[in-house]
Amino acid sequence: MKDFRRIALFTLVIGVIPFCTQSGVMLNFVMTALYACLLSQAWNVLGGFGGQFSFGHALFFGTGAYVQAIAQMQWGLSPWVALPLAMAFAAGVGAFVGAASFRYGLKGSYFALVTLAFAEVFRILATSVPFTGAGVGLMLPLKESAANMQFANRAGFIWLMLGLVTLALCITAWLRHSRFGAYLQAVRDNEDAARAIGVNPFSVKLIATVLSGGLMGAGGAFYVQVFQYIDPGIAFGSHTSVEALVGAIVGGLGTLWGPLLGAISLHILADLTRNLFGQLPGINMVIYGVVLIVIVMFLPRGMAGLGTITPLQWLRGSKRSDGDKS
Amino acid sequence: MNTLLQIEGVGKSFGGLKAVQNVSLSVTEGRLSALIGPNGAGKTTLFALMSGFLTPDTGRVVFAGQDITGQAPHLNARMGLTRTFQIVQPFAAQTVRENIAVGAHLHLPRRAQALGFAESVAQQVGLSPQLDKLASDLTVAGRKRLELARALATRPRLLLLDEVLAGLNPQEIAEMIPVVQGIAQSGVTVLMIEHVMQAVMTLAQEVWVLAQGQLIAQGSPAEVTNNKAVVEAYLGHGTAERLQKNAARATAAAQEAQT
Repeated sequence: MKDFRRIALFTLVIGVIPFCTQSGVMLNFVMTALYACLLSQAWNVLGGFGGQFSFGHALFFGTGAYVQAIAQMQWGLSPWVALPLAMAFAAGVGAFVGAASFRYGLKGSYFALVTLAFAEVFRILATSVPFTGAGVGLMLPLKESAANMQFANRAGFIWLMLGLVTLALCITAWLRHSRFGAYLQAVRDNEDAARAIGVNPFSVKLIATVLSGGLMGAGGAFYVQVFQYIDPGIAFGSHTSVEALVGAIVGGLGTLWGPLLGAISLHILADLTRNLFGQLPGINMVIYGVVLIVIVMFLPRGMAGLGTITPLQWLRGSKRSDGDKS
Repeated sequence: MNTLLQIEGVGKSFGGLKAVQNVSLSVTEGRLSALIGPNGAGKTTLFALMSGFLTPDTGRVVFAGQDITGQAPHLNARMGLTRTFQIVQPFAAQTVRENIAVGAHLHLPRRAQALGFAESVAQQVGLSPQLDKLASDLTVAGRKRLELARALATRPRLLLLDEVLAGLNPQEIAEMIPVVQGIAQSGVTVLMIEHVMQAVMTLAQEVWVLAQGQLIAQGSPAEVTNNKAVVEAYLGHGTAERLQKNAARATAAAQEAQT
């Protein structure tokens, strides 16, 4: 399979970077870029392939982050055990939110609002209950060792995150070449037509939410391991939700490499603007916004769709083909 | 001759509008039947009630001996009851091959098998040259064929076709009729909603006529088109009588001229 070969190549190339450079800035950049890639990939599973636009993916991110911290600090588990647990919990929250929304046929903007609301509910809950450390948050004790998933240098974190990104890429590739993926895209494009030929939209969307939630949870767990601190605002705040969806949309929805491309480009852009205009606080967000508007106008299929539209369509700023123009 | 689909006393109201009232009919296995009627008669609603997209207020739907009243459409599709849509519903962002493969996946779990089967179905409906086109790039006629192909790929026992000829020009209709005929001859039971009478007359072995939500006639195409109630449903009350009178007057005039 071509996709899997390319993924293997990608993993190999990124995997050797820590051997090539000792630059802390460079390694830090690779790590945070990979982290952004994971979030966008996770969002792409549900938003890109399933067409269900979530505005509250921080819900899964935060769940993963808190489970990762609590499993170590309160249940005394190894972080290597906590990580799959965090992913499972986030996936479970995905199952709950998905079941609740799709059972009542929530679509489009309603689904987006419900996910946003759930993330907000979780944020408030996390500020009020004791086992999350309430508003103070949780501070993971510093115990530097590979067994503790607290690596002495960035290389360890890069390989860990690379493993997770590879997992996300493999899941995405599987969506492109499997019955489940075909069903998911069919439901995205036309739910009624899919139902008429034997697709159960409820279960298909539910499974997609579980997969997406699980991957997002891994992102949260990774965050805790790197920064050793989590509070309700970081965990369930809208910043993470936006970062995940913007990367996927800018890169190209429902594609394999698009979210990666989008996440990395935006990451570079954010870094550049922060360095260039550091003395003007907030200006980086303005530029970020302008770039976003330009991309949505001129690259309706995202950066990955750059090769698939003709220059004429590009000049016209053609919309995503929607099949309505008969 | 077995009955494949039977509906008994089926009714559905939307607010104060009785879209379908107390309709009973049975579709015989292996036949190509048609459901006709003026616009707004409730034909598409009846299809939705049969295929599970709507749940009837009254009555029941029996398919292959099992009560499927209110059963979800995807479960009906698994039993072999599939419908197409009057307003075509392609998976626009996907190629023709991928569109058809979604239907084929009902019986073929492996991607390669489904994509391969899609090719043979495309050939059956005359879509082979367009296999790698995006569904959104097809003409209306192409989309109608795609709608048909996708349903056919599920290997249905009963295919409900909702106006596959609507919006086509005469030549496209003439090309499409043999396709539908071929499907019926391959052993699939077909029930079609159709306005194009040329097609109904050549294709259907049995015709039901629906008007204002009620069945008003049933029989062979010739019987139904000569039915007084059917003519009046289409052309207005008293038309049949008027037409007869006009015909009689014309004959009388002709006889007078001869003498």
